[in-house]
Amino acid sequence: MKAAWNGYVTAPVIGALWCAVIAVTVAVAMSFATGAPFRPSWLALSWGAAAGFSALYGALVLWGAAAALLVAGLLGFGPMLSGDGAGLAAQLVGHGGVALFTALGLAKMCEELRPGPATRHEFEEAVIRFLTGFGYIFFTAIVVIPFYVMVMTSLKNQAALMANPLDFSLDLTRRWHLFDSYVELLTQYNFGSYLWTSFYVSVLTVVITLAFAIPGAYAVARLRFRGQALMSRSVLLIYMVPMIVLALPIYIAFSMAGLRNTIFGIVLIYPVTTIPVALYMLQGYFRGLPAEIEEAGLMDGLSRLKVIWKITLPLSLPALASVSLYVFMIAWNEFLLAFMLLDDPGKFTLTRGIASLNSSEVPRQHLMAGAVIATVPIMAIFLGLERFMTKGLTAGSVKG
Amino acid sequence: MSTAIPPTGRGPLARREARLAWGLLLPTLTAVSLVVILPLLAVFWIAFKPVGLAELRPPTIMAREDVRGGPEAPGDEATLRYRLRNSSQDQQIRGVTLTDAWPEGVTLVDPGALNPACEITDGRLMCDFGDWEGGARETLAIDVTVDQAFLDAPDPSDSAPVITGDGDNVLTNLEFTFENFAQIFNGSEFWGVLGVTLFYTVFGTLGALVMGLFAALLLNKSFRGQGVLRGLYLFPYVAPVIAVAFAWVLLFDPFSGSMNALLIQMGVTSEAINFFGERPLALIMVTLFEIWRYFPLSFLFILARMQSIDTDMYEAADMDGASPFQKFRFLSLPQLLGILSVLFLLRFIWTFNKFDDIFLLTGGNAGTRVLTVNVYEQAFALSNIGAGAAVAVVIFCCLLVFSAFFFKVMSREEGL
Repeated sequence: MKAAWNGYVTAPVIGALWCAVIAVTVAVAMSFATGAPFRPSWLALSWGAAAGFSALYGALVLWGAAAALLVAGLLGFGPMLSGDGAGLAAQLVGHGGVALFTALGLAKMCEELRPGPATRHEFEEAVIRFLTGFGYIFFTAIVVIPFYVMVMTSLKNQAALMANPLDFSLDLTRRWHLFDSYVELLTQYNFGSYLWTSFYVSVLTVVITLAFAIPGAYAVARLRFRGQALMSRSVLLIYMVPMIVLALPIYIAFSMAGLRNTIFGIVLIYPVTTIPVALYMLQGYFRGLPAEIEEAGLMDGLSRLKVIWKITLPLSLPALASVSLYVFMIAWNEFLLAFMLLDDPGKFTLTRGIASLNSSEVPRQHLMAGAVIATVPIMAIFLGLERFMTKGLTAGSVKG
Repeated sequence: MSTAIPPTGRGPLARREARLAWGLLLPTLTAVSLVVILPLLAVFWIAFKPVGLAELRPPTIMAREDVRGGPEAPGDEATLRYRLRNSSQDQQIRGVTLTDAWPEGVTLVDPGALNPACEITDGRLMCDFGDWEGGARETLAIDVTVDQAFLDAPDPSDSAPVITGDGDNVLTNLEFTFENFAQIFNGSEFWGVLGVTLFYTVFGTLGALVMGLFAALLLNKSFRGQGVLRGLYLFPYVAPVIAVAFAWVLLFDPFSGSMNALLIQMGVTSEAINFFGERPLALIMVTLFEIWRYFPLSFLFILARMQSIDTDMYEAADMDGASPFQKFRFLSLPQLLGILSVLFLLRFIWTFNKFDDIFLLTGGNAGTRVLTVNVYEQAFALSNIGAGAAVAVVIFCCLLVFSAFFFKVMSREEGL
């Protein structure tokens, strides 16, 4: 291990790995953006090692190496190879990107490394910086790629996608026709009504859930009674029972009671799946509120219910907001029950509607447009209220 | 002077508080027991029943009525015919009766030839057939002569005959069987399913935890854009599962998927890979999907815990000359152990329970059938509700074991 604590070893190794990471990233990004054949080359390792080595001798040398990388790339023996299909502009951007990001990253990573032996701190600092850079690229890529593919597919047509599955560049001359899939979904496939159904089912679920969960959570968190500990444990236990175990009898019961295929049945069943979650999150929050304020209210002559209404609830507005958001998200994204209980296309929720698009007769840009329609509202709400959402998620839900 | 002693036992105030507590809990308890406890009991009940999807309804008598002979003029002869059968092949129906309006303007050719079970009174035909075994059928043919009133009246088969009879519903009778369990445990398939479930659960949970830890380490410093990245990294978890699952399926499609095109272009593979259709690749892919979708959750929890660690400790370690890796290994990791173990257990249970993801990605094909998908598969694809319920019972028992373990660890850690 100690042999690695040397600038002459660490810098080229990190340089080689980093240059490979950048070459792969830029090749993937350029392929997805233009559809032209870009691919990383094994030469990236040796070019990177050289760049890492040069980073030991100061910024000027490093930028010289970067310029060499760019030229080599354009001439066809750099870290990334571009095929014939790539235009000059794309080539410049691609190879320039490889050179630029390799040099920028290495400048940061090898900042503390000097030619010759390095201390443990300098070595570990360089490794950590490499891992950090790699981590940002890695996580961003895995999160962004599926969503990018989803959105871009919805804007293209089947024939273009079959011809070159990598070409996600948009034909801007089509102007508004880019959104044809969305228009068709909303007009011919009834998605407007699914959107509305999903929305009001989710809102009703939130309202009903809160109406049940607030008193229950308060009782479990604050009031003393026999069986309180047992109750708070059962909340968590029930929260763990998988829906698929309950789905069978619910399906049978709903079939017999004629509640299958009705929105009423869905509104009846959704809150029960979310009440344990809400109860669990809220009781955690209520426990954290200082009991003294409530006791002061009691001393001043308020009844318990008044205390809840006038003191506890106003104090827990942030928690209520995050619980509502979380419950809304669960109801909006719910798939299993909607899939089992709804068969009538007039009553579908969004998720059920998307499931019905999954057939070979429906072009896949429609499927992806449906996915985008379902994703955008929940994302918009989430990003707008991210503060509450993150708090809500950590407040006691590890459920997925 | 007597010394004051604190009151013991439950005073009126305590009793009032308990009453209020139960009052507040009552609506929730009712709702939860209706939709969780009752169905759970029902699952156990059904698991011991020989019941398929088709046998959910009790057996009934199916009846058809028609007029044969085609009477055209008054005085013609015709045959009123009722064909009856038991809808079930093996179940008895008790007290079968038939009642129908006797059409106007017909007279029996031979009143003595009428089936002895039947009689005609007040313009109604009434028959009492007694008990019918499974598969029983009966044709009731009544020869009549018609007059003008019959020819003018609408077709007599317009008035449907009323039929009564009690059949046992297999769901409510007291017949039990271990057949469902024998069936699911005997099949070599079951142990395969269990193995797949364990692989998926263990690696999905561990992977999500490690990735979450890595992401949390990345974002545990303040820089511009930290908030944006944190929001971005939560996307997989917040988006509807159906949307992201289909996006993955399209991305990895063997014929026109971008990922295959990319891999071929980069020279990693020479021919398209069927990511979700091959053993054991499909199982690895659904596990990767699980990691991808749930790392944000672990990330969020671990980050929250990291930000609550005292910075003094790190300053002290810096003074003592600890290196960055040493600080992580000897300071951060022990501090995070509590949340990591709680997260592991919770995620383990929920991954074990996961249904939607695999169902949408592969439908349980290509060696990805886990226990939860097996419930659906048995109950709806194979129409064997009893076997499905038996698998559900197995899942529930596993769950009980896990949660007993969980509560033990949880009360030690007290975290979360």
